[in-house]
Amino acid sequence: MKKRSAFVMIIPGLVILAVCLFLPLLRVLIPSLHTGEYPLSAYVTFFQDEYYRKIFVRTVKVACLTTGFCMVLGVPTAYFISRCSKKWRGILLSVSIFPMMTNSVIRSFAWINILGSNGLINRLLITAGIVEKPLKLLYTDFAIIIGSVYLFLPLMIVTVAGVMENIGDDMMEAALSLGADRIRAFMKVIFPMSLPGIIVGGILVFTGTLTAYTTPQLLGGNKNMVLSTFIYQRAMTVGDWDGAAVISLIMIVVTLAVIKGFNSLAARLDKRGGDHA
Amino acid sequence: MRKNKMLTVFAVFVFGFLILPLIIITITAFGKGSAITFPIESFSVKWFVKVFTIKSFRISFLTSLEIAMLATVIALLVGIPAAYALARSGLKGKGLIKSVFLSPTIVPGIVIGFVLYQFLVLSLRVPVFIGLLAGHFMVTLPYVIRVVGSSLEQFDFSTEEAAWSLGCGKIRAFFKVVLPNITSGISAAFMLAFINSFNNIPVSMFLSGPGVSTFPANLMNYIEYNYDPTVSAVSVLLMAVTVLMMVIVDKTLGIAALAK
Repeated sequence: MKKRSAFVMIIPGLVILAVCLFLPLLRVLIPSLHTGEYPLSAYVTFFQDEYYRKIFVRTVKVACLTTGFCMVLGVPTAYFISRCSKKWRGILLSVSIFPMMTNSVIRSFAWINILGSNGLINRLLITAGIVEKPLKLLYTDFAIIIGSVYLFLPLMIVTVAGVMENIGDDMMEAALSLGADRIRAFMKVIFPMSLPGIIVGGILVFTGTLTAYTTPQLLGGNKNMVLSTFIYQRAMTVGDWDGAAVISLIMIVVTLAVIKGFNSLAARLDKRGGDHA
Repeated sequence: MRKNKMLTVFAVFVFGFLILPLIIITITAFGKGSAITFPIESFSVKWFVKVFTIKSFRISFLTSLEIAMLATVIALLVGIPAAYALARSGLKGKGLIKSVFLSPTIVPGIVIGFVLYQFLVLSLRVPVFIGLLAGHFMVTLPYVIRVVGSSLEQFDFSTEEAAWSLGCGKIRAFFKVVLPNITSGISAAFMLAFINSFNNIPVSMFLSGPGVSTFPANLMNYIEYNYDPTVSAVSVLLMAVTVLMMVIVDKTLGIAALAK
């Protein structure tokens, strides 16, 4: 293909991206680096403030725990799906995809019904006589974490199942016939082979949780803010647009750092696997 | 292969975790009382009727359809040629250009909405609707680049070259040979982009104004001030549409098309 025609095909997209994403990002976020007495002082102030730091730590904590739970629950489930017959694989994949296609407001609302003071869990506990007054489950960090796991677990399952499908049954059979038990065979053979999928799933879940808005807003409430709900609150409720810009840039930097971190972890693990081979 | 019992129990537990909350919503939608209760005490469909009487739901639903459709179509018009050029040309820095096209995925949705609101709407006085469309374009474009791109990777370009050597013009060959071979990728990209734009909330939070509000944002607003089975009824209706759409996708493209 001629260079000129390739260029013509690419340019419209690049122009829209430049005008509607890069330029606004630069115009809004760059000034935040120079506000205050010295460069980056707005950022230093952010991390010096105990309340702000608490929100930052909560956001990272929720993202870490959510990613961990999604891996623990999602990886074995993905393995289960990949070993099913073709018919069941289709059914279980559909059951996993369905929540992904369902709006996050609905998925968070489901947990309001379960965790609320008049919700399913509290009614069961009160009926059973275990507690007298309803427990405060909703509007807690716990609620945000369980809602986020609910939100992103399907993504983990689908991503990892896609990779595991390509690992033949004979791998497992070979490990078993050589005397490994099932768990050991899974950890030593299947797990390392599906690591690329698990890493991609981890990146998607971590960055997804880090930047999610709906679930922390509905399940965490105004007392348990995370960075994304905090941006909105700073800008719209308090009118602190500079503060919102500071939080925005922090979120972007953390997202990039996490992607980089996961990828270099993958590279290192890959190298180690290569040494053994 | 012999099934491991423990693993089966584990998987049943996980799928129960995924599905039960949605089943609970569905049951509560049919309750009669104005408080959400589970199990329900008596059966009624009045909350479904109520959904259709709320004007802001109707208006915002149409806004969301319009935005999702426009954003997806523009992303396809801009994205398909770009994906083709990236797959086909020996352009320098192809990898870099591709990551530029995918870069909206690393900017948090709430940040996209925030900077577009400040830059386009407040500084340049662009109408809110256009700002919202621009934001949703950022949601849809990466799907087009990724899904159409992977379908082009599987296409055997020697057929296109055969068309050229038989005297077919380049543009004509693209429409007659390349495009028909990537239609399933384009359809999958369309579905994914449309659904994700329709469902997106963070991008829309800042970009709403008088008369411009998306359906999920509206629904979320409603939940924060009302707690009655209307939302359950809305959820059931949306889930029914989702099931219908998944059946159609499964029959035409195969369900794996939505797993990209």
